[in-house]
Amino acid sequence: MIDIFASALRLATPLIFAAMGGFLCERSGVATICLEAVLLTSAWTAASVTYFSHSPFLGTAAALWVGAMTMSIHSFLVTKTKADPIVSGVAVNLLALGVTPILTKLLFGSPTNTAALPLSERMSSELLLGLSFLLPFLLHFMVYKTGWGLRLLAAGDGPQALETSGVSPAKVRYGAMALGGAVVSLGGVYLSVAHASQFTREMAAGRGFIALAALIFGKWRPIPAFLTCLFFGLTDALQIHFQSSPLLGTTFPVQALQILPYLITLFVLVGFIGRAKPPLAIGKS
Amino acid sequence: MSFFHPFIILSALLLTLLPSLSFPQLKVGLALDKGGRDDKSFNAAAFKGATEAKEKLGITLKTVESSDDISLEPTLRTFAQKGYPLVVAVGFVQKDAVEKVSQEFPKTHFVLIDSTTPSPNVRSIVFKEHEGSFLVGALAAMASKTQKVGFVGGMDIPMIRRFQMGYEAGVKHINPKAKVINNYIGSTSDAWRNPSKAKELALSQYNKGVDVIFSPAGASGLGVFDAAEQSNKLAIGCDSNQNWVKPGKILTSMLKKVDVAVYQAIELETRNAFQGGIFDLGLSDNGVGYSLDEFNRSLISKEMENKINSIKTEMAQQKIVVPDYYIQMKKN
Repeated sequence: MIDIFASALRLATPLIFAAMGGFLCERSGVATICLEAVLLTSAWTAASVTYFSHSPFLGTAAALWVGAMTMSIHSFLVTKTKADPIVSGVAVNLLALGVTPILTKLLFGSPTNTAALPLSERMSSELLLGLSFLLPFLLHFMVYKTGWGLRLLAAGDGPQALETSGVSPAKVRYGAMALGGAVVSLGGVYLSVAHASQFTREMAAGRGFIALAALIFGKWRPIPAFLTCLFFGLTDALQIHFQSSPLLGTTFPVQALQILPYLITLFVLVGFIGRAKPPLAIGKS
Repeated sequence: MSFFHPFIILSALLLTLLPSLSFPQLKVGLALDKGGRDDKSFNAAAFKGATEAKEKLGITLKTVESSDDISLEPTLRTFAQKGYPLVVAVGFVQKDAVEKVSQEFPKTHFVLIDSTTPSPNVRSIVFKEHEGSFLVGALAAMASKTQKVGFVGGMDIPMIRRFQMGYEAGVKHINPKAKVINNYIGSTSDAWRNPSKAKELALSQYNKGVDVIFSPAGASGLGVFDAAEQSNKLAIGCDSNQNWVKPGKILTSMLKKVDVAVYQAIELETRNAFQGGIFDLGLSDNGVGYSLDEFNRSLISKEMENKINSIKTEMAQQKIVVPDYYIQMKKN
């Protein structure tokens, strides 16, 4: 039983970081479907920098910076050049999918994965796990209780009003998205140097999109989104557990168990959540 | 300068003509799939076999890596159009492309690795994964102290089920009482590159008392190795020799000898002895096996090695017949 919960927490951690970063980005009024890209670039950076510097903390710092920069490409395209946020998001996702294997090949001679890190050079999973539990509450406070947070919400819900009061929504968005990118990067760090021991091509495996689903599921609020991530982690852990242990006396086929997380999500979404309301200015440029 | 100028042009011309003037070499086109020549696995092995042929047989080798599945077919067609007599296509994703292009160019010879197609000008090479898996299953059972061993497959497809069935049979051959726990990472192609999920599955198995896990799961297998390192248990690699990835934690690797198969096919072509058809390479053809090197020497005792050798002999004499999922599937 404890195994299942521990596994659920480990599975949820990268989702929580991605969802919390996504929260900051989307709330500032920019549709952000490129969480996946940030997970990939930050995971790659963490693994490579740690490998060459032998310091997971330096690797993490570099990953945070690269993650913020990756997200800034998106915010620049959308805010400055008025690109459609969905198109820009797809572009950034594709960019990350292409760039990471090329860089891996240049530095490590193979596009599939970076060199493995010894146990002593890994980031502590527990530290990141703890952080992922604090972060939603911290963000809740920052966004709903501080002036900076209220400006962020205004940039998302009524940019014209914000402009009238003399604050540039563009500047608020640049800041929020860079910070959001850095937060998502912690998820990438977790994937490559805490949970695993190297970067593997396309290792985010759709987690950026699942985190986005969790964010919508939580109606663009940090604490409900956080709980949703935990819930997704739990259904995945249950799925893993029941693959190898009989449930009600029979072992179910793999496929039947693997749809479990999606099925439960669909059920809860239809049955209990009600209408999810996005920030008003999202998708408008 | 005026003296040198025509001289340089002339020598440059000669240099470009030189390759075509020398005696005709066999031109071989090697089409790799997405993994590329450094995937430390399938494509890398094919590249190694072709390079060896280039050095020993003096062929001209042109290698193309396809960045995505859509470019597979044009690559093969370009090779055929340019008059390459032999085109080697690596990976089961190329099946449809080879089938189509081989019909368009019936005089060109093709080699398809890891899948089959009925065209007469295609040499389809597949491997008896179940036989190699049987060997590593036997090793797993001998190395296990808890009498529980595990299996973490990548995508749930018949090929991986074939690994599983052979592995289980190998385990039971050594220890009929041993328990095998089977898991699959997923049912989409994401399953080949999700090391994080693979690690969770492996940790869950280790927590249930498993102490050796075999993982035919592409890049996801690295996650199983991480779990083995963290839990101080054993894992078994797949396709190519992965013993060196985590020395002391990887009991052995089940090998598919793609390099040998590619070399053989090129060698036949140089002797004008190309044969089309389906070649299912097993233990007796040296198509599959297990790895033993300085990284896992300490994990495999002389006793275990002797036992495996006697199993190999019995398999060659048909005293042991490893169950084949493909055949079982057809029966049902």
